[in-house]
Amino acid sequence: MALATARVSMPKEVGKGDIVEIKTLIRHRMETGYRVDSVGKKIARHIVKLLTVTYDGEEIFRMDFTQGVAANPFVAFTTVATQTGELVFVWVDDKGEEVRVVKELTVA
Amino acid sequence: MSVAMKQTVSGRASHSALAAFFCVAAVVAAGPASAGGEPLPSGTSFLTQSLQAQQSDEATNPGMLWISEGALIWQTPDGASGASCATCHGDAGTSMKGVAASYPKVYGKTGELLNLEKRINLCRTSQQNAEPYAYESDPLLALTAFIARQSLGQPINVQIDDASRAFYERGKAMFYRRQGQLNLSCAQCHEALAGKQLRGDTISYGVGNGYPAYRLEWQTLGSLHRRLRSCSYGVRARRFEFGSPEYLSLELFLAVRAQGVPVETPAIRR
Repeated sequence: MALATARVSMPKEVGKGDIVEIKTLIRHRMETGYRVDSVGKKIARHIVKLLTVTYDGEEIFRMDFTQGVAANPFVAFTTVATQTGELVFVWVDDKGEEVRVVKELTVA
Repeated sequence: MSVAMKQTVSGRASHSALAAFFCVAAVVAAGPASAGGEPLPSGTSFLTQSLQAQQSDEATNPGMLWISEGALIWQTPDGASGASCATCHGDAGTSMKGVAASYPKVYGKTGELLNLEKRINLCRTSQQNAEPYAYESDPLLALTAFIARQSLGQPINVQIDDASRAFYERGKAMFYRRQGQLNLSCAQCHEALAGKQLRGDTISYGVGNGYPAYRLEWQTLGSLHRRLRSCSYGVRARRFEFGSPEYLSLELFLAVRAQGVPVETPAIRR
């Protein structure tokens, strides 16, 4: 995932108790492992395996991916704003490579 | 009636008796066929509502991943000069605004026709002293899309002048020439049958305002020339190389034809 870029879209500032919608995108080819190349050789599987999100140190979201997920996966979820803190997004692919994005959420 | 028939024949090709009957009106309202009239419809108008919404939201448009990379490349020094794009051009939001809407363009010093990709590589070799990016590589797509993004919503404005006329004529000839095993010209689908169905899809007007675009079929961002290669393949014609003079001329013709259509890079296309 050397060239991988990830994007996280969420509000910067919210009120306490608000429901926050978080949208994430990551660039990844999500090669299923079922395809063959032009000479019939199997193309090795290469997919994002796991996305975890922690909010102020506590895990709030976890998702396992499979071969059925299309390239450049988009994942959206919601959480409840409890306190000002850091959200840390970590994607791990099946070669063990990791992409990390850190976002600050301010709770007024 | 005979007068009406004659007028139709001298105007656009008639498709039905009804067209012959309304021949005068038909010549006036000859569809959105450029030349000073309404701009052609963008390919976006043929997308489902949900895909249109996905395209216009920066949080959901997958093409934005390349825009992020392009923004990074813009700031990163490269080549023997140690300069980044930003060293000379500063903030892309101001220096690159509207630039993509005016390409392809003839480069005055050499008389060569350049699209945005070629112009970027020229800057890399002549100014940055860096290696040119390979056509269709992720960094070139990313930087092209990032620069085109600065013209978002601006109408395509490519003019023909003395320097570019020969290229334009070559592109136009290619657009109207029947080619390939299926013996089809670009115009037969993208002019005469645009807006109609081709199996499960709607035929576009052949407007490149969203490129580099994220095509669902590719599951990645791709250039206009990749799209043109798909079209050539579709009619079983010869596929020209990326950045070839043939596709550059065609790109120029398409841009002139798409006068006034707003830039939508990175668009989502099927």
